[in-house]
Amino acid sequence: MFAPDIILAAVLNGLMTGSVYALIALGLTLVYGVLHIINFAHGATLTAAMFAVYVAHAVFKLDPYIALFIVTPLFFGLGYGVQRFVIGPASHGEDRNILLVTLGLSILIENAMLAIFRSDTRSIDVPYAFSSIDLGFTFLALPRVLAFGVALLVALLLGLLLTRTDTGKAIRAVAREKTGAALAGIDVAHIYAVTFGLGAACVAIAACLLMPTFYVTPRAGNAFVLVAFTIVVLGGMGSIPGALLGALFIGVVESLCGLFFGESLGQIGIFLIFILVLLVRPTGLFGARA
Amino acid sequence: MLEVENLIAGYGGADVLRGIGLEVKPGEIVAVLGANGVGKTTLNRALSGLIKPRAGTIRFLGQEIAGLKASAIVAAGLIHVPEGRRIFPNMSVRDNLVLGSYRRGKPAREANLERMFELFPRLRERMGQAAGTLSGGEQQMLAIGRGLMGEPKLLILDEPSLGLSPLLVEEMFALIARIAGEGLAVLLVEQNVVQSLELAARAYVLENGRIVVEGASSQIAADPALKHAYLGL
Ligand SMILES: Nc1ncnc2c1ncn2[C@@H]1O[C@H](COP(=O)(O)OP(=O)(O)OP(=O)(O)O)[C@@H](O)[C@H]1O
Ligand SMILES: [Mg+2]
Repeated sequence: MFAPDIILAAVLNGLMTGSVYALIALGLTLVYGVLHIINFAHGATLTAAMFAVYVAHAVFKLDPYIALFIVTPLFFGLGYGVQRFVIGPASHGEDRNILLVTLGLSILIENAMLAIFRSDTRSIDVPYAFSSIDLGFTFLALPRVLAFGVALLVALLLGLLLTRTDTGKAIRAVAREKTGAALAGIDVAHIYAVTFGLGAACVAIAACLLMPTFYVTPRAGNAFVLVAFTIVVLGGMGSIPGALLGALFIGVVESLCGLFFGESLGQIGIFLIFILVLLVRPTGLFGARA
Repeated sequence: MLEVENLIAGYGGADVLRGIGLEVKPGEIVAVLGANGVGKTTLNRALSGLIKPRAGTIRFLGQEIAGLKASAIVAAGLIHVPEGRRIFPNMSVRDNLVLGSYRRGKPAREANLERMFELFPRLRERMGQAAGTLSGGEQQMLAIGRGLMGEPKLLILDEPSLGLSPLLVEEMFALIARIAGEGLAVLLVEQNVVQSLELAARAYVLENGRIVVEGASSQIAADPALKHAYLGL
């Protein structure tokens, strides 16, 4: 068997991967919690954000951690605008139509990426890509440690936004009681768009954290969103703490499965858990409410 | 202040309201009565922008509001406290109220909140409690409080006494009289016909999406044949 050191190192690495999953899952679960639809364009949005980070580096020589401060607001704005002016009007007030429009949108974005960037694998070179932190028993890759810190910080800020600010309270009000919110004077179309914007901003941040160690292709986002979807189901659809804890848990499962069964089988544990959750507790760990 | 003409509205393919005309004057309490399913709630929903009218005009304080979105109608000062309360169950009583003043600045909010707590002392005691854990009567108070937080000029109340004990029903009607006494106009949809006719200056009786009777409450109350025909009394 493996020494405890190696297992501990795998757990730490899993937590770091999980924290990036968390950002992607937070965006997905937030949109689900408020609009009650799965945003099928979430993966394509992540891909687009990764290409944005790639272009920022290749063309403008911007470090991904600097690009974060441009790409995040940009994607918030894009998400807001797309929901407000495309998805919203195209869905004629029926939430389930939104789902179909996001599906169409994802096909559109993916093909646009394919047309612009071809299907090549692209990555960026940053000087600190292989820097690491020595813990004595193992080395942790610096970009992944940074990703962990930033992702947790963003999750915390998102939590504060939702519980402490007017807009956050309005988002939660719309999520739970749309009619009541509209009658309280909350502009539901605006809140839908803000939520969509926040979802896009989450994946934009994830993209900035991924690019120093990962590569992008026109379909890169989908694999992440598949895992994020598992996390959202595991944590309870629409649950913010569920998405965060679920993501860290899934990250660790993936890492340990990779250790015990080999790298290529790492994700098998995730999908076994997914099926198990659906069988045993379909509302997820935190999804008490119907 | 509210003038509705030939209002037609409904769901899907079917019209529920088939040409409604009504009027509310400043400071007036107007009752809308009628059996279950005649379209009272649909009327409220059309007035407050939750559903788009198919035809007709709704003028409120001189402004055409038919087809505006709900939040804009709230901003104009027409606030609808819905049937079934529609409070935010997972949020505190205080947050529920404050969200009713969502568009106002902090000083206005605090002032409104203090007024609500004076009007509903029980809500002050339960300020930090999750709204979903309140009793039915308290939830109704909260729903009305949230509506008042938006500083309405016309308040639409859809069956505010539904599910309340007789004692609380009395309290509710006293409360409506009190807020109307402060100059607020009220459009009151009710099943408590006798009490509503006592409280309101005028009343409309709805049947099948049309207004079949309108007039001074005292006249309607004094007409046994009419009450028998439309109000089941
Ligand atoms: N969302 C909806 N979709 C389709 N039909 C609806 C909807 N809401 C109400 N209706 C129909 O419209 C008609 C009028 O309903 P409405 O709720 O306006 O009646 P009401 O007068 O308020 O009744 P009650 O006294 O029971 O509250 C009913 O036939 C009802 O079935
Ligand atoms: Mg009704």
